[in-house]
Amino acid sequence: MANSIFLATKELTKIYDSITVLQGVSIDFYKGEVHALIGENGAGKSTLCKMLSGAISPASGQIVIEGQAYDGLNPEESKKLGVGMVYQEFNLVAELSVYENMFIGKELKKGAFLDKKEMIRRAKEVFENMGVELDVMKTISQLSVAYCQLVEIAKALLENSKLIIFDEPTAPLTNNEVDVLFEIIHRLKEQGIAIVYISHRMDEIFNICDKVTVLRDGQYITTQTIEETSREELIRLMIGRELSSEFPERVENIYKDDEIIMEVENLNTSKIHDISFQLKKGEILGLSGLVGSGRSEIVRAIFGADRIKSGDIKINGEKVTMKTPQDAIKKGVALLPEDRKREGLMLNQSIKLNMTITFIDKLAKGPFVNKKMEQDSVEKSVKLLSVKLASVENPISSLSGGNQQKVVLAKWISTGCDILFFDEPTRGIDVGAKKEIYDFLFRLKNEGKSIIIISSEMPEILGLCDRILVMYEGKMMGELDAKEATQEKILTLASGITE
Amino acid sequence: MTKKKDISTFITAYQKFGILVILIVEIIIFAILSDKFFATNNLMLVGRQISFFGMSAVGMTMVLLLGEIDISVGSILAFSGCLAVKLMEEGGINPFIACVIAVGISVLFGFLTGVFVTRFQIPSLIATLAMQQIIKGCTYLLTGGIPIRASSEGFKFFGQGFVFGVVPTPILFMIALFIIGFVVLHSTCFGRRIYAVGGNNEAARLSGIKTNKVRIIVFMISAATAGIAGIIMASRMGTGQPSVGTDFAMDVLTATVLGGVMLTGGKGKILNVFIGAIIIGILTNGLVLLDVLEYWQWIVKGFVFLFAVAMSNIELFFNKDK
Ligand SMILES: Nc1ncnc2c1ncn2[C@@H]1O[C@H](COP(=O)(O)OP(=O)(O)OP(=O)(O)O)[C@@H](O)[C@H]1O
Ligand SMILES: [Mg+2]
Repeated sequence: MANSIFLATKELTKIYDSITVLQGVSIDFYKGEVHALIGENGAGKSTLCKMLSGAISPASGQIVIEGQAYDGLNPEESKKLGVGMVYQEFNLVAELSVYENMFIGKELKKGAFLDKKEMIRRAKEVFENMGVELDVMKTISQLSVAYCQLVEIAKALLENSKLIIFDEPTAPLTNNEVDVLFEIIHRLKEQGIAIVYISHRMDEIFNICDKVTVLRDGQYITTQTIEETSREELIRLMIGRELSSEFPERVENIYKDDEIIMEVENLNTSKIHDISFQLKKGEILGLSGLVGSGRSEIVRAIFGADRIKSGDIKINGEKVTMKTPQDAIKKGVALLPEDRKREGLMLNQSIKLNMTITFIDKLAKGPFVNKKMEQDSVEKSVKLLSVKLASVENPISSLSGGNQQKVVLAKWISTGCDILFFDEPTRGIDVGAKKEIYDFLFRLKNEGKSIIIISSEMPEILGLCDRILVMYEGKMMGELDAKEATQEKILTLASGITE
Repeated sequence: MTKKKDISTFITAYQKFGILVILIVEIIIFAILSDKFFATNNLMLVGRQISFFGMSAVGMTMVLLLGEIDISVGSILAFSGCLAVKLMEEGGINPFIACVIAVGISVLFGFLTGVFVTRFQIPSLIATLAMQQIIKGCTYLLTGGIPIRASSEGFKFFGQGFVFGVVPTPILFMIALFIIGFVVLHSTCFGRRIYAVGGNNEAARLSGIKTNKVRIIVFMISAATAGIAGIIMASRMGTGQPSVGTDFAMDVLTATVLGGVMLTGGKGKILNVFIGAIIIGILTNGLVLLDVLEYWQWIVKGFVFLFAVAMSNIELFFNKDK
């Protein structure tokens, strides 16, 4: 190969509280190559990359950058040596604007003052090059997860890095933005930049990667070129066994077609307009659309998380008002929110508290928590979703991204609600665990629960839902039945084209 | 790299045993420097001193766990003591009922603070700073700035009596409050909700928790514990003293933060706060025993507070390993 190695890890090891989470991993990353890093949740992918970016330091081993060996890097050194990283969990300051976030720690100055004009110009330029329309003056707290992700990417592009690590960059993105990202990656590659790409979406690996390294339980398994491997083989290497199929057999609705659980009529908020639809018993309803099309806003409004301007909601034929999430939960409605860090988790609290907080009063006698019931409930969820953890008393921040997501899922599944809204339920979850979650969703369905799923992953929408509603700019463009739905039909509706 | 390891071992050790070590070192220092320190009389005095900080620290712990702060506790302390005595002496009300009314009105102040913080979105530092002033004004209106003497023997028992012949009643009250605080935080749904709201307000709201209600109740609890401390202090002195409590909030905060409760919320254990209260009680007493000029005491305590806050954030300083 004409290319040369930019960065190599030599026997990198990381230990947390006497648990070895990465053991003697050696990988070579070449210039101008897109190198995928795959493995189950908790395999050690993020840990490895955080050592490269200097966020954490290795217990032993070395990082070799352009021939020079280092025992460990700090973030400044790493940046100087040309390593940029888009983290799995965002590191944006909510109160600052997009451009201010992009220039944190490297503000441009004109004399003693900040050169705002230049910073804004440069920030705009990056987004223009990315082909993304975004007002750089907006504050981060006004942005959806997808846009936060795009800001993180833009931030990394600003650096002139020689190696860029993308840790699950597409998890919150829909097809359009993913295409944008891939185009960017292609361009970076042509400039001879080395790319490390982490994702649980197999299609993406085969779409843009040149090489793939598999990690399992902190161990290096193998590195292969993309031509010599296959999807099935990679999955087998990742989970250590065969996975018969990635999707379970579709389950038809076993309940009568006319049993309507929830009815929404002319719902309006500041972001969605005149939304009407019905949700049937034992049905999985999909909400599709581009980022910012108002999918999340519909479920948030029903759940009482956002203010409703007008409109009616009926549950079991009865008109209800749900002004707060608490009201909604009482009525048997649950919402798994889209942004787990901002809306889903109490990061510094224990895994146990996070798993039970939504229904803690059901684990209590009077005001007192029944510790045994609490423990049982937690253990059940851990087993059900195979959460990889050391102790349920540990803070949830010590879990890998995918395992954190499983905890958020657990806390909503266990509430016993009959109407469940899942906003990107499998975000960051590995292939094996995803299948188990799909199985579980079908089980809920058979028990007569009604589910709304929002997902940016087309196969998920097509594979799970009975009906699909497609949104465009806050309006509902149409409804597709599972039997007639195809990716093309959904995308056509999602881009606002009506026949 | 080994240096980094040393630091992280040190952090873990400090978080586990740090304040116990501080307590022991403190006791040794004062025992060496002053022969009066271990005198029975003095120990009783320290015990009572600790109990006032301790009682209020129970409420303060919950406030800090939410990521809020309450600096109005000193004013509540003075107010509640004065009101109780005034009701008894001038209103001729039964001492017990007078105390209940005094605590009740303290709780009302806490409710007001809570409303300002939640409904009007005023940062608690500002809201309680204002409340401190307001409550102080009420106290002086009530008393005209003149201490009121309490004559009821029954009332004096709260602060001056002994249980089982040896344990001063204030200590008993404090221990009772700590036990209640411990149970609330560790074994009730409400306790879980406090940690949840302190951990991430938005996530807590979306989990169906009425975050504003939790906040208001916690400010009421803090006012209640400060009010109880105020009554017992008045009973101990035998007077309702409008001028007490000027440094009280600072001492309570220091005790709480020494106990490892983070000012940013969500993290801290109440048992350590108990030790924190002992440390502050002994420090106050020791400085007096050693005849340290009061001005110097202020300076020392200011630094101790800064130290406590710095140590509660220690991870953020050294350890980027997250
Ligand atoms: N701060 C920490 N303290 C203790 N353990 C940790 C910490 N951070 C990560 N771990 C553990 O290290 C292991 C590897 O985590 P890592 O985040 O690297 O996984 P990952 O491969 O990125 O998984 P995912 O696909 O879920 O993002 C996990 O088992 C996790 O629990
Ligand atoms: Mg990860």
